[in-house]
Amino acid sequence: MGFFQSALIIAKKDLALELRGKEIVTTSVFFAILTILMFGFAFDMAQADGRHFAAGGLWVAILFSGALTMNRSFLYEKENDCLSAILLAPLDRSSIYFGKMGANFALMLVAEAFIVPVSTVIFNVNIMERFLPQLAVLLLGTLGFISVGTLVAAMSVNLRAREMLGPLLTLPVVAPALIASVEISSGLIGGEGMEQLMVWYKILVAFDLVYLVAPWLVFEKLVEQ
Amino acid sequence: MESANSPGPAVELDQVVKRFGYMTAVDKISLTLEKGEFLTIFGPNGAGKTTLIRIMAGLTAATSGSARINGRPVQDHDDEARRDIGLISHQTFSYGQLTAMENLLFFARLYGVEDPSARCQALLEEVGLSKRSHEPVRSFSRGMVQRLSIARSLVHDPSILLLDEPFTGLDQHAAETLKRQLRRLKDERRTLVMITHNLEQGVALGTRVVLQVAGKIILDQPASTIDVKEFGQVYFNKVGQAHY
Repeated sequence: MGFFQSALIIAKKDLALELRGKEIVTTSVFFAILTILMFGFAFDMAQADGRHFAAGGLWVAILFSGALTMNRSFLYEKENDCLSAILLAPLDRSSIYFGKMGANFALMLVAEAFIVPVSTVIFNVNIMERFLPQLAVLLLGTLGFISVGTLVAAMSVNLRAREMLGPLLTLPVVAPALIASVEISSGLIGGEGMEQLMVWYKILVAFDLVYLVAPWLVFEKLVEQ
Repeated sequence: MESANSPGPAVELDQVVKRFGYMTAVDKISLTLEKGEFLTIFGPNGAGKTTLIRIMAGLTAATSGSARINGRPVQDHDDEARRDIGLISHQTFSYGQLTAMENLLFFARLYGVEDPSARCQALLEEVGLSKRSHEPVRSFSRGMVQRLSIARSLVHDPSILLLDEPFTGLDQHAAETLKRQLRRLKDERRTLVMITHNLEQGVALGTRVVLQVAGKIILDQPASTIDVKEFGQVYFNKVGQAHY
């Protein structure tokens, strides 16, 4: 069984589970939209310059929505000890991580398809005006956040306080990716040149690479008893 | 079930030790199981039986010693060794939101089973679930879930089947069905290892019986030499001496 093939089978199964229950997308989108609305009410967008708030509000909403998504993904496996059944199969165990991360990434993109238009309306700025650079930061930022979050979810699945510990452990680690994402999004909305933003893109790409390789190295040990 | 034809024993445990912190769950257990044997493991709660079976399955790494399945070290995550093992636990290993067919197909694909749809359909018929194959597993009774569990464990046609208290929570009818299936697997010369607390059932089904207490095997004898009524007293005495 090839690495990508088994990761794909696991991702498809996770997406099928979500399609059946629609638990993750519904709650994370609802929570994210609520966050954006709170920002909208807190700052008078008619008076204030939305450009200052849009990037921050957008990424806080993505962050909250992501925290809900990742917590749930390993709970499916815990329910009837399904993880043991997967671990019995002849596959590279890190492919389990990449399958789950792939499914989480896809679910986050679905959530962002709602978050971005709602943010655009509430903050009264065209977030996607510079479409490709903004799309790139959304993809890279989400990938970095999800790669760490999925790993932490795997680590904390057997802990009693996992709902609390998950975000608590994830947020400090993803801070560099989050700061870089906010800086880029804000710069793009504010009309800054690409050469000024390039350093943040580089940080984001480096972060993603590190946190895509690290789980590949440690996941096997993490699930071994 | 190709590996069943390879020479040598089906399961070999050599001085296997498993410690969790200060607690020793499995204490220097050596055990050789020939192909086609049906081993029943008895023992009180906390004797380390589940840990032993998880070591055989490669789900738990031994602290020291080695475990081999059809001559291959299971701890090295050898794909062939894993392909030879099927496990039925008291946990159902199934996704409640998915249908019986979807559950089986998922595992069949993970094992790279050829023509997974046909294989899963055949297995569902074998365990009497074909009529409800497209219903979500959460709507199944405990007996039905356990039958699905049997189908899942056989989806890749393993030569060795490990069963951890498979009769837990089953009603009379479901237990009879499971017994019938186990006898059939025994006739097919698969190697079976079963943990149970039911002495009568364990002795009747097994070809060999071991008693595990406090991480050690303190009794190992052929099932044919055991009188169940006397064995109950022997069990009580041995467990009492070693455990309490």
